[in-house]
This record gives sequence, C-alpha cells and structure tokens, in this order.
Amino acid sequence: MGYSFPEEVLEHVFSFISLHTDRNAVSLVCKSWYEIERWCRRRIFIGNCYAVSPGIVIRRFPEVRSVELKGKPHFADFNLVPDGWGGYFYPWICEMARAYPWLEEIRLKRMVITDESLELISKSFKNFKVLVLSSCEGFSIDGLAAIAANCRNLRELDLRESEVEDLSGHWLSHFPDSCTSLQSLNMSCLLSEVSFSALVRLIARSPNLKTLRLNRAVPLEKLSTLLHRAPQLVELGTGAYSAEIRQDLLSNLTEAFAKCKELEGLSGFWDVVPFYLPAFYSVCSRLTSLNLSYATIQSPDVTKIITQCPNLQRLSVLDYIEDTGLDALSLSCKELRELRVFPSDPFVADANVALTEQGLVSVSEGCSKLQSVLYFCRQMSNSALTTIAKNRPNLTCFRLCILEPRAPDYQTLEPLDHGFGAIVDHCKQLQRLSLSGLLTDRVFEYIGNRAKKLEMLSIAFAGDSDLGLHFVLSGCESLRKLEIRDCPFGDKALLANVSKLETMRSLWMSSCSVSLGACKWLSQKMPRLNVEVIDEQGDLDSRPDSCHVEKLYVYRTVAGPRLDMPSFVRTMNQNPAYRR
Amino acid sequence: MGTEGLGLEITELRLGLPGCGDERKEKKRVFLDILGGDSGDGAGGDVKNRNIGVAVGWPPVCSYRKRTIIKMYVKVSMDGAPFLRKIDVNGYKGYSDFVRALENLFGLGDECEYIPIYEDKDGDWMLVGDVPWETFIETCKRLRMKKRVSDGGFQT
Repeated sequence: MGYSFPEEVLEHVFSFISLHTDRNAVSLVCKSWYEIERWCRRRIFIGNCYAVSPGIVIRRFPEVRSVELKGKPHFADFNLVPDGWGGYFYPWICEMARAYPWLEEIRLKRMVITDESLELISKSFKNFKVLVLSSCEGFSIDGLAAIAANCRNLRELDLRESEVEDLSGHWLSHFPDSCTSLQSLNMSCLLSEVSFSALVRLIARSPNLKTLRLNRAVPLEKLSTLLHRAPQLVELGTGAYSAEIRQDLLSNLTEAFAKCKELEGLSGFWDVVPFYLPAFYSVCSRLTSLNLSYATIQSPDVTKIITQCPNLQRLSVLDYIEDTGLDALSLSCKELRELRVFPSDPFVADANVALTEQGLVSVSEGCSKLQSVLYFCRQMSNSALTTIAKNRPNLTCFRLCILEPRAPDYQTLEPLDHGFGAIVDHCKQLQRLSLSGLLTDRVFEYIGNRAKKLEMLSIAFAGDSDLGLHFVLSGCESLRKLEIRDCPFGDKALLANVSKLETMRSLWMSSCSVSLGACKWLSQKMPRLNVEVIDEQGDLDSRPDSCHVEKLYVYRTVAGPRLDMPSFVRTMNQNPAYRR
Repeated sequence: MGTEGLGLEITELRLGLPGCGDERKEKKRVFLDILGGDSGDGAGGDVKNRNIGVAVGWPPVCSYRKRTIIKMYVKVSMDGAPFLRKIDVNGYKGYSDFVRALENLFGLGDECEYIPIYEDKDGDWMLVGDVPWETFIETCKRLRMKKRVSDGGFQT
C-alpha cells in the first residue's frame, strides 16, 4: 500500500468523529491513524480516574480542550464508600495546569476537589469556559469565588448535587462587571443565601443566560424580579416555592412566568405552597422537562400540572403522584421518554401513598416513547413486569427499587425471576438494569442469556449461590459496570471469570462472601487489575485468608496500584513494577 | 438447585478451611429475622411502623436527596419528662447542630445535666457522637436524654 491520505485530510475527517468509542476505534486502525488521532483529540472522557494516570493521558493527548473525569464508584451515593476513600482531583489539575494551557472545560463526577484546585483552575486556563461538578465535595464558597473572579469567559458553572462548605461570604459578587458570558448557572445545592443584588446584577448583564438553577434560600417573593431580568431562560430551577398567601404575589409571579416564552424545563420546587402553582401554568404546554421530585405536593396538584404538559419528555416526581397521577400521565404525555418516581418515605415499611406497580404499568401502556425508568415502590408482581416488558420493548434503562429487601411477587409470593426475565427478553436494547425484590439464581441465568447489550447492572439482596454471579460474568457480553451488595456470591464465580474483569470498567461487591485469599489470588493472576479491599475494622494483615472482606472494588488500570489510599483501603499484591 | 444440566464447569476452589464461610449464612439469618423470617406472617408484631432501615444505604436514595427531602423522625425521651418528643434526624448538618436542637426541644440550657444516647438498629444503646454523622442518621432508631449523676457517671 504505497499511498495514503495526507494527514490534513485524515484530521479533517476525524474532526467529524466525536463519540469517544468511535475515536478509540479510529486510533486502533494503524499506527499513523493513532498518531494523527491523538494529536487532534480535543475531548477526553475518563470513566474511572484511577484507570489511568494524568501523565499517561497528557503524553498521549497533548491538545485537549475538554476533560471529563469520574471518581468514586456509584454506590458512594448511598454511603457505602467510606470518607477519605479517594477520587482526588488535585493530582490531575497539577499536571493539566502545566500541560493544557488552552483547556476550556472540566467535568467531574463523584470527585474530591479542594479550594486550592479551584483556584488553580481559575488561574491556569485563559480560555476556561465550563465547570461542572456533579456530586463532588471538598470545596467551599471560597473556591467558587476564585472561579467567579478569575475566569473571564466563564460560560457554565454547574454544581449539581455537590456538597459545598458554605462559609459566610458572598461569592457571586466576585464575578467582575465585565463578565457577560454566562450561559448556565446551577447553584441549587448551596445551602446558604447568596447576595440577591449581586445575583440580579449578574443575570441582568448575562444576555445569553439560558439555564438558571437557584438554591432553596432564594425566596419566592424574589423570583419574579429575576425572571423579568431573564425572560430568555430555557431552564429554570426555582428556589423555595413558598410564601404567605398573597394575591398580588401570585399575579406578579404569573405575569413574570408568562414573559418567559423560551422556557422548556423547570425544577427546584422545594417547600411548595400549592396556592402558587398556577403561576407557571402558562409555561406548561412548552415544557419538555419537569423535576418535581422535591415537591411534597399531593396527587391532585401534581396531576393538574402534568395534564397541561403534552410535550413532556422527562419527569421526576415523588410517589405522591400515586397510581391515579400516573394514569393521567399516561394519557396526557405521549412524548414521555424518561420517568423517575422517588419515595417520599423510604424508611417506613407501610405504604403512605397509593402508588403500586399499576402506575408503572399504565405509563408503559400509554407512553410509547418511554425509554428510561427509575421507580421506587412497595410491591411488584411478575405479571406486571411481564406486561411492562411487552408494552415497552424499547426500554434502555430499567431501575426498579422495591423498598423491602427480598420482597416476593405480592400476588403469588414467588420470586420475581420471571418478571425480570421478561424485561431482559423483550427489551433487547437494555443498557442499564437495577434489580430488587426476591430473586434466585434463575434471574441471573435469564440475564446472562438474554441481556446482550447490558452495560450496567446493580444487584442487592439477591441470588442463592455463586452460580448467579457466574451467569452474569460469563453471559453479559457488553457488561462494563457491575455493582453488588448483600448477595451470597463468593470466590468461585469471581475466580472462574477473571479475564472478564479486564473487559469491564469496574466491579463492586460489598457484604458478599468473597474471601481475602481470593482477592489476593485474583490480584496475582491479573496484574492489570487493581483489586482494592475496603475494610474499616483494621488489621487486614493479621486476618486469615478465609475471612470475608467487607467491600471489594476491582477495576482495570494501566496506572498500577494507586498511591493515595487511606489506611482502610488496600490494593492486593502491590507490585511497584507496574507503576506508571 | 444444582448445576446439573447446565453444562457449566465452575472451578472447584477451596481457599479456606472447611466450615468457613458460615459467616454468610449468619448474615442472611439476621436479615431474615429482621424481615420477619421465612414464614411471612406478621402476626404478633406491629408491622405498621416497622422500619426498612436494616442496612446502610438501603433503600438506595442518594444522600443529597435524603438530606433534602426525607424526614426521619425518631422519638426522644428524657429522664423525668412526662411525655416524649420527636425530632427529624435528617434535618441537621452534624452533631453539634443536632445536640443543640435536642437541648432546645426540652428547654435545656448550658447546664448539660443530660447526655444524649440512642438505640441503634441492633437494639444496643450507644453514646451519641461516636460514629460518622451519616451512619448515625441511618442507624438511630430512638433517642434518650439520660440524666447525669452528680459524680459525672450515668444514672442506671
């Protein structure tokens, strides 16, 4: 093969390829494509910050403009990962500050980021535009002040669900008067008040502001002032949605909402006083996204809203919506793609609301475009699951949480194996699945045989033996992330499927029956896996190999064992030869 | 149920002493006990207010949401007080906030005659403050303001 395309041509062709998976595939074609591709890759996605080191990334991709990193495993959301486990951003920013002066975007999820790191970001990148901190922690208002003060071209600042230490001090006023570039601001997770006048001024000088998510501390009385300054908003998150009953306040708010002709998404709605709900009815016909999952309003109020939203695509709501509300949803919202129903009282066994499996069945019947479901409920049956599966073979994400662990089919008292089996059988494009209820090894046999596109699986209080885990590991070809808690899975299945683990991003197992000895063996057999044992009881060295580990986190890596572990985390078989 | 007929060969590895791994069965038994056993009858117990808080992180409601929306009321008794109060353990950022609120509940000042103790999910009475705050929220079932005796110990 004598001639090939000039580099410039290939580079131009590659510029149309944006998906990370496609880019990765391109780089594997041949050496010259690898070289060209690595010089023109602008966006990096690292699903596990410990799978690779900053140095390796920078050496391979020298011209990056956008970095996305994820740290802690998903179960950290439920307090299963102890504080101090890791996921520190600092080592990354230290190297990127030096290597990527033209970096524009940083997106982090479940990472620990300090004020120092934020300051470093604000001072190192002249053209910095986007900062998204999703479920992060470790920083305070001071760090935000640094970002506000120094990032001249800031476009997006999104702190979704992060834990921010709210020291006193007003960070919003640190945005200079010359800063007019803001397009998106999400400060909904902040607990303390921001300076309202600073907020108004900021909004008034940001003509491109499309997304604004306020925090709970912004009172309802002040919302109309903000809306008048930003009628071009596309996404709005309200603050607390309560005030004493005043007709004039309602009229003002209604008028303000009516001026927002571009509004498509609403969220916030803490502490709702139903009297004020009609204020945004004028917006409903345009809404594609609605998050009422913090609104403790009852079914009639919820129903009144959603029946006015024919274009709704994404809905998050509390189980106060009840089956009747979900019936109404299935009749009114034919464009629905994603539904999330959260529990209002998750720690009480007895139902406080009339929400059952029927609600989900209704929605599956009426909403033909439904792809993604997250549903908390107290009862489920195999027949309901089978009906849902047959109605909606286009489901890509199905996460069901029956509140009581190991709850059987409430009608037949049988395990829910067949029901979930139907889900994986009919929904051939299913990528994400979370199981709950009473389940035997049988359900895993179904999953292993049928769920060929499944990428992420969450299992809790399920299965009878190692066979269950073996079915999953040996059958699910596309599996990337597997997280398991409180299941009787032990050494056999794990050790029979060691090579599978290198094809996955990560495996989490807690309160299972994996022995310390098996962890050591696995780690010796598979040097490119980090086999991390998390054990807060201490003195892992003196324990016999037969004892069960509390928590196990296994992930593939080219960076070797990490060096920042706390005392309660150990990487088995720490071999220095595999570092960097 | 066995592996016959499935054509699967799982390497038979024994990494422990015979008889090990019973830990798993014990754990399972505790869960079943808490959940009312295999019989499935709720007779003899007040099922209505039974809590689902038997395991940390279950149900899988993320901490952000828990802090924001979920009210977790527990009963608080005080030695010598004629009636109990209730407090939402989820409504506080940490121990100092929380203990102050407890003291306010009963109109206690700085004299600090009372020590807060709590009953955890295992039924043991524990001193408030030993475990991380997040763990405390999930495992606290009931609180008691126990009166200190004059020598600094606890009245039994």
